[in-house]
Amino acid sequence: MRKKIQATDLMNRIMADYFYGLNEAATSGRQKVAWCTSVGPAELLRAMGFAVQFPENHAAILGATRMATDLIPVANAIGYSPDICSYLTSDIGAYLKGITPLSRAYPGIESVPRPDVLVFNTNQCRDVQDWFAWYARKLGVPCIGISSPKSIGEVTDAHIDDVAGQIKALIPTLEMISGSRLDLDRLRETVALSRECTELWRQVLETATASPAPLTFFDGTIHMGPAVVLRGTPEAVDYYKVLLSELEQRVAAGDGAVADEAVRIYWEGMPVWGRLRQHSELFAGIRTAVIASTYCSSWIFPAFDPREPIRSMAKAYLELFIVRSDPYKERYIKGMLAKFNIDGIIYHDAKTCPCNSNSRYGLPQRLEAETGIPSLVISGDLNDLRCVSDEQTRTNVEAFIEQLEEGK
Amino acid sequence: MSTQLFVGLDMGASRTKVAVLDGAGRLVGHAVKKSGIDFSVTAAACLDASLEMAGASRADIVRAVATGYGRANVAFVTSESKTEIGCLAKGCHHYFPEAITIIDIGGQDNKIIKLDAPGRRSSFKMNRKCAAGTGAFLEEMAGRLDISLEEMNDMARQSTEMIKLGSYCTVFSATEVLESIRNGKKVADIVKGLFYSVIKRVLEMDSITDRVVMTGGVVAHNPYIVEMTGEMIGRPVLVPELPQLAGAVGAALYALYGKDEG
Repeated sequence: MRKKIQATDLMNRIMADYFYGLNEAATSGRQKVAWCTSVGPAELLRAMGFAVQFPENHAAILGATRMATDLIPVANAIGYSPDICSYLTSDIGAYLKGITPLSRAYPGIESVPRPDVLVFNTNQCRDVQDWFAWYARKLGVPCIGISSPKSIGEVTDAHIDDVAGQIKALIPTLEMISGSRLDLDRLRETVALSRECTELWRQVLETATASPAPLTFFDGTIHMGPAVVLRGTPEAVDYYKVLLSELEQRVAAGDGAVADEAVRIYWEGMPVWGRLRQHSELFAGIRTAVIASTYCSSWIFPAFDPREPIRSMAKAYLELFIVRSDPYKERYIKGMLAKFNIDGIIYHDAKTCPCNSNSRYGLPQRLEAETGIPSLVISGDLNDLRCVSDEQTRTNVEAFIEQLEEGK
Repeated sequence: MSTQLFVGLDMGASRTKVAVLDGAGRLVGHAVKKSGIDFSVTAAACLDASLEMAGASRADIVRAVATGYGRANVAFVTSESKTEIGCLAKGCHHYFPEAITIIDIGGQDNKIIKLDAPGRRSSFKMNRKCAAGTGAFLEEMAGRLDISLEEMNDMARQSTEMIKLGSYCTVFSATEVLESIRNGKKVADIVKGLFYSVIKRVLEMDSITDRVVMTGGVVAHNPYIVEMTGEMIGRPVLVPELPQLAGAVGAALYALYGKDEG
């Protein structure tokens, strides 16, 4: 039986406060609401006084509550293909049906907070821009953002100049909507808090270098909530201090998330949100701990620097794994395999998320040849359970762990 | 005097296979039946038929290992299970103790498994969530052509001008087949085209090494697919004596030698 992470209750309270705060901002009109992509310029929006909603977070909740699969077809029917981002299709489907899991989780919240502005960064993918563009048309709200370079090897000054320039270009529109001027000192404070938050989040994830690891990838996908939606706030910083302290105690006590941990796995790609519990139990049942991932580690931004807030934001958004070249990705994963003492890699090939599916251009084969660490690709999706075969997943995972154990 | 027997039950999505080995690893009983809708009943029938062939009873079973999609449905015999990938590897290496690539074409899925010379798995691939290249694809197409599965092998051999199918989607392939029928193409040529499509789908799953072993129900019932594969890869393909039983034999070998031996 797994021991509960005690900090979970605190996280749930923080997340509830966040959603109620957003709801209050939207319904009272006392604070302007900005929607932001997950690695968009959230620091700028917060510093300018916006309440910030992250549609990717909302879509992940639609996935985790298994509402998404019924909602995706609603968006498919208006011309958004089942082959494109199932975050986009489930979120738009939910809007069209007039439902949100937030109402169920947080009594009194009737809908997702209506935006005053939509701000994207295409460092994740082009779909986020199309997603926000739909809402811009539907709600008559301005949609602005950053068009990011892609497949970046080394992040150069030219890249940073480009994105920093685009961030600066957002400011006049945001000032007009918020009704106040950007306070650079406030931006510096926000960037400093973001830096502190992501530094603590890194330390949280790195507790899993211990064997047995005190938390798994599946825990990480839940506990990253504050790092995603409250980056740049003191609440997130305070939360990760509490979580880190608990996990460090667990490491000291030899208290593993999978008590009889025999195999250590790296997860590359998105989680299957509607199968978090099943996957967690599947691995734990075969003495396997999925202990590190690209996904959870994507909210570590060492570049944030309050001395150069805008340029450092640009650098942080450009250093993100998802916008990097394959040679960079291979070096990064190779480093993670060594740091976390990994036995095998599982790549999740998410049908509707090509940018987060790194098994499509021969990367697993190249990495396996270089490191000798075996890999497995499983087919699935982040939100669309029509693309998931539980039996195929189970057979593949069990056979892979058998292979690793027999090879030891 | 009672015999000591070791049993492997391969509860496939389409067919259930049972292999019974004696203490020396000789195959003394086996059976194959359609899995149907009650896996436990089918497993029991298959087990009893195999034991009858071996001239033995359930009391002679020392140890049993289950595998396949229905491996959790045979608690009346055993709670021990291994994946079909592990069992196919074990079974094939028993017959061909060398570095091999196993191509298994089953009713519901395909597998490519690579083994090194001592029989350790270095990698495996299963087909995507798609019927392309599986027995299910041939079943669907047999229905379209109004022929039985059993007829397909001989029919394909009679082909003089094979029809090539372009799609890897079963539904699109069916449309292509219908188009061929409409255009008056010979059924034999279409069937050979279907076989060719199955092999192409499998070969595009992974690279293959020098020595190739083929197993599975589709291979057992359609030896012509093995010949065609050999022609396509430019070298002969190895096939165990009872290719549909390779997984069940592997499970029985796990029962005989234990988890980490053999």
